[in-house]
Amino acid sequence: MRYLPLTPADRQDMLGVIGATSIDDLFADVPEAAVLDGPIHGLPLHASELAVERHMTALAKKNLAAGDAAFFLGCGAYRHHVPASVDHLIQRGEFLTAYTPYQPEIAQGTLQMMFEFQSQVARLLGCDVANASMYDGSTACWEAIVMARRVTRRGKAILSGGLHPHYVSVARTMAKFTGDVLDTRLPVLGANPDTDDLIALIDDDTSCVVVQYPDILGRIGDLSKLAEAAHAKKALLVAVVTEPVALGAIRAPGEMGADIVVGEGQSIGVGLQFGGPYVGLFACSEKLVRQMPGRLCGETVDAEGKRGFVLTLSTREQHIRREKATSNICTSSVLCALAWSIHMTLLGEMGLKQLAAINHAGASAAADMLAGVPGVELVTPSFFNEFTLRLSKEARPVVRDLAHKGILAGVSLGRLYPGAGELANGLVVAVTETTTEEDVATLASALREALA
Amino acid sequence: MSTINQSGWRPTTPEAGEASGATFTGNRALMLEEPLIFEIGSSDTTGVDFGEMPEGKSRLGGLERKSIGLPGLSEPETVRHYTRLSRQNYAIDLGLFPLGSCTMKHNPRLNERVARLPGFADLHPLTPVDSAQGAFEVIDQLAHWLITLTGMHSVAMSPKAGAHGELCGVLAIRAALEARGEGDRKILLVPISAHGTNPATAAFANFTVEDIPATDDGRVDLEALKARLGPDIAGVMITNPNTCGLFERDMKAISDAVHAAGGYVYCDGANFNAIVGRVRPGDLGIDAMHINLHKTFSTPHGGGGPGSGPVVLSEALTPYAPLPFVEKDGAGYRLVEEETAGEHHAGTFGRMVAFHGQMGMFTRALTYILSHGADGLRQVAEDSVLNANYILRSMEDVLDAPFAKSGPCMHEAIFSDEGLPEGFSTIDIAKALIDEGYHPMTMYFPLVVHGAMLVEPTETESKAALDQFIGAFRSVAARARNGDPSVKTAPHFAPRRRLDETLAARKPVLAWKDPDVAQAAE
Repeated sequence: MRYLPLTPADRQDMLGVIGATSIDDLFADVPEAAVLDGPIHGLPLHASELAVERHMTALAKKNLAAGDAAFFLGCGAYRHHVPASVDHLIQRGEFLTAYTPYQPEIAQGTLQMMFEFQSQVARLLGCDVANASMYDGSTACWEAIVMARRVTRRGKAILSGGLHPHYVSVARTMAKFTGDVLDTRLPVLGANPDTDDLIALIDDDTSCVVVQYPDILGRIGDLSKLAEAAHAKKALLVAVVTEPVALGAIRAPGEMGADIVVGEGQSIGVGLQFGGPYVGLFACSEKLVRQMPGRLCGETVDAEGKRGFVLTLSTREQHIRREKATSNICTSSVLCALAWSIHMTLLGEMGLKQLAAINHAGASAAADMLAGVPGVELVTPSFFNEFTLRLSKEARPVVRDLAHKGILAGVSLGRLYPGAGELANGLVVAVTETTTEEDVATLASALREALA
Repeated sequence: MSTINQSGWRPTTPEAGEASGATFTGNRALMLEEPLIFEIGSSDTTGVDFGEMPEGKSRLGGLERKSIGLPGLSEPETVRHYTRLSRQNYAIDLGLFPLGSCTMKHNPRLNERVARLPGFADLHPLTPVDSAQGAFEVIDQLAHWLITLTGMHSVAMSPKAGAHGELCGVLAIRAALEARGEGDRKILLVPISAHGTNPATAAFANFTVEDIPATDDGRVDLEALKARLGPDIAGVMITNPNTCGLFERDMKAISDAVHAAGGYVYCDGANFNAIVGRVRPGDLGIDAMHINLHKTFSTPHGGGGPGSGPVVLSEALTPYAPLPFVEKDGAGYRLVEEETAGEHHAGTFGRMVAFHGQMGMFTRALTYILSHGADGLRQVAEDSVLNANYILRSMEDVLDAPFAKSGPCMHEAIFSDEGLPEGFSTIDIAKALIDEGYHPMTMYFPLVVHGAMLVEPTETESKAALDQFIGAFRSVAARARNGDPSVKTAPHFAPRRRLDETLAARKPVLAWKDPDVAQAAE
């Protein structure tokens, strides 16, 4: 077998050194009733690289890849062009096949990258500090709610209707077990985010207000007033960003007073990958850092005074604190964080702003073109690269039918909010630098036909 | 120049030359120092070409952003920066990586190629179900393998990593207890040798943790456990093979006793790689077990994630499994989410994560599993156990092996710092191994062994590689025993000497500060 270097002769020699007569001797502690005497029946045996590749390629071909369609899906995962050097660099064995940097003398590559990543994330989100990444945006969002509870010692979180429904669903699952109270609502298919409604709900029991920016319908609202209102009641503002490219164009939540800013980093460097692995972003103000979950890398010096980096503040973490840890999380998403950091380094501030401007311009043109289709109305007057349309009929079957024609038209709100009345006609459309004018024209004419 | 940049990549000695042993650059031939992107990049440099900036009216609601402070590099500078950084890392691709309990095995490159096929890599998670049938088939095939290899009833695929899988299993237990009207069972019994995630997970799910006593031979004390069982016990969390590298002989008896007392058995499957194809956890009475796909099924560790932690479940816990999951539907597959769960999965405890879990890890793990097949996976377990026992028996005369008489070890061998001279401990042996060109073993874990050294060679090492490692390990152990002071100051030849972790924690510097800002703060 190509992945196993031992030869039959090696195995015999080694058994001799051990003082065993057969491999079965080494499994002597397994109770007899549980011993399997040969390969499990009904499962295939080993296969060549060629055969496996053929099998997996056939499965891959059963999917409609985004690149093979006119593609407009967003809602928490975005298709952007990732420069070729990103994937090349993350496949260097020294990154790909390294472990968590517990031995810093021989892990400075990963550690320095983490420090750079933390610094880039903090600046992008407008915060003082960021951790070395979480599983994804949805789990980072829940961890932020728990962190707000620890900081404020209050148990009620108010969730905006504009928060991604999967994020709400994850929080709801966890809150059932932890006893946190969640005040949730559905989005309203209208022009503005629900900022004013949220302000009215904040009271002395509120630990935090959780708001997505841009929100699930693509809307953008100033968070400053919400932050002030939360702070007036000694509550925290948690902002969630699912499309970080937006922050190349619009103000960062941290700059507007958000105390904790979390996000899904996927759209920079990572790729769609059917939902994972992604990379959760987590940033906060300096004064809250000891309540922050997740891995942190910090600067220090070695015995000769040279600058170096180590994992730090691990007294928050499970391997030291066990049941008293800030979170049970052990791993982060370092390889995805590396891809994110490389892509961000390639972009730089100038490139990120250009990328954001191109996305916004493309989305604006597409919104106008699609709004000109009879039966289509643009719901969201302000947006970044994603906007919501109200169709003259239910959007979900339209999306399904167009997919069969090779057009991935967007995310129907009926898929995200099944059974939620007026939302059923909503269609969220994302446009990035990968979307061509022909793609938009294709979608417009397909919608014209579908809604006629 | 920045105040926090006076050491590091800049020359530490102004007088470069043969006499001082210093170089102008601070480099040592192929050992290259590398500054931070914030020191070499600038906000008006980019490695990506976009052409003309578009014109037109902004619809950003008056929230236009001004300066961000992000450095950029051109492509050649970027490639060089990260290539130089990579060379400061140890990795499996460079050599044996005997990190016990972490299972650093070879990562086959076919896995990487397959994960990058556009049909998998360029697929949106909310793409209409009809357009993602191949992805659901991957999930279903992998699920079938995991269920069959473990002899369990079902599998929850969505958990993002091992600890997330633990949470999934513990939440399923909680949901099952509540459904039985026994939500007042609040105590989970966890051995002191368990990984820190176990008690942290239990606490996160609002359970109280109590220790399970161990016997002198390194296993769970069955009689003591039985004596503690009762109506307040929700269940146990046990690692098998355990963190001392031993198979829990009494696992079935433990499960039977816990079940008889109304509790559930969670198994930490971190060490499933030692028994895959030889033992099915389902035959040992396990109710839930997470599988770290990176440990048993060779997905890359990536410097600390991403992981993936599917959880196999017994029939008793299956009704509570999280959303979403994939189900056969005639010739195709359908996705069971919040919308349709009510029809036949009303007991679900809910969603743990956006979308479908770590699809990119599923494709890699399935590729690995199909490569090995049922026969190859069994050989994986056998070779990993053989290699560990070979190290155990080749080292026990120079290092204390506390459980050497407890029977064969499984996939990892454990040693202690017993018998080292005053002032020498496990960390010194670990750091001296770095100079020998190895990543050290796991240090000071599990907690039940004083100065624990947990060595896991994995099945992807040749006998020659093992022999060389044993030679180095014996040499370092002998130097420590003889009180060689240079062991105390190792590593001497790594890119950095021992780092000051106390300083890092006392005055945390967690992000780059521009030099003028950093200076003003002082």
